[in-house]
Amino acid sequence: MGTCRSLGAGAALAEARSGARGCTMVLSAADQAAVRALWRKLDTNVGVYTTEALERTFVAFPSTKTYFAHLDLRPGSAQVKAHGQKVADALTLAVNHLDDLPRALSALSDLHAHKLQVNPVNFKLLGHCLLVTLARHYPGDFSPALQASLDKFLSHVIWALASSYR
Amino acid sequence: MVHLTADEKAAVSGLWGKVNVDEVGGEALGRLLVVYPWTQRFFTSFGDLSNAAAVMGNSKVKAHGKKVLNSFGEGLKNLDNLKGTFASLSELHCDKLHVDPENFKLLGNVLVVVLARHFGKEFTPQVQGAFQKLALGVATALAHKYH
Repeated sequence: MGTCRSLGAGAALAEARSGARGCTMVLSAADQAAVRALWRKLDTNVGVYTTEALERTFVAFPSTKTYFAHLDLRPGSAQVKAHGQKVADALTLAVNHLDDLPRALSALSDLHAHKLQVNPVNFKLLGHCLLVTLARHYPGDFSPALQASLDKFLSHVIWALASSYR
Repeated sequence: MVHLTADEKAAVSGLWGKVNVDEVGGEALGRLLVVYPWTQRFFTSFGDLSNAAAVMGNSKVKAHGKKVLNSFGEGLKNLDNLKGTFASLSELHCDKLHVDPENFKLLGNVLVVVLARHFGKEFTPQVQGAFQKLALGVATALAHKYH
């Protein structure tokens, strides 16, 4: 994570825009449009899906529960729902700052790196479970192209979130 | 060897019985090639993979996807001996096809997403968990003979 990828003209623009955190990756216009359109469709339900994604993560990848020993993780837990909403708010923040994710997510990155000390591999697991959740709820919308755009968006978010680690 | 509880085995077998192997295989392989384009390096003889529509409509992708999924199904019948079941395929992927085993994990996760899309509500967290174990077991078994 954090490597500069040369992808033609887009990369030159991205490098010109790169801030204090060095090289930034910027999503293509098409990917940005796809993610924003989906987010408009999800509307106020983002929290419902991020909560389900969390539940899926805990079941499919039990090691992730080690970060939540202080919470009630039973299905339907209000604490998981509250955490799901926090994740939703962070992702919505990301969607609204697609041109500058590292800056928008820098506080969250510091939090996860220095206070929560979450191994970043876990972000990928949650990202995967979010894709599974969206595929399950929006089968007709979940085209290969949208899956690709979302996967890229999530990997950019994860990269920004991991950028404070060391 | 993959350790699935009796409930997980039942869930996975139950769902698999309803899977349209012809369609799901092609869809999973197609999505792998679209979402992770570097995987196209193994399929240069497949013709037009230039955009999502071309990939998903490509008859060689569909045929190969079917083959891959049938193979996955064999794994499902041999949960106690995945390494043995996939031994010769493992050698093939290493010695002849030169496929980085990391890609098996990617395909496994894409398959999980495709199953979620097809089965919706039925694809509960528990069912997903069982499939994740199976996918990881198959990926590990396919990597086992690498040297």
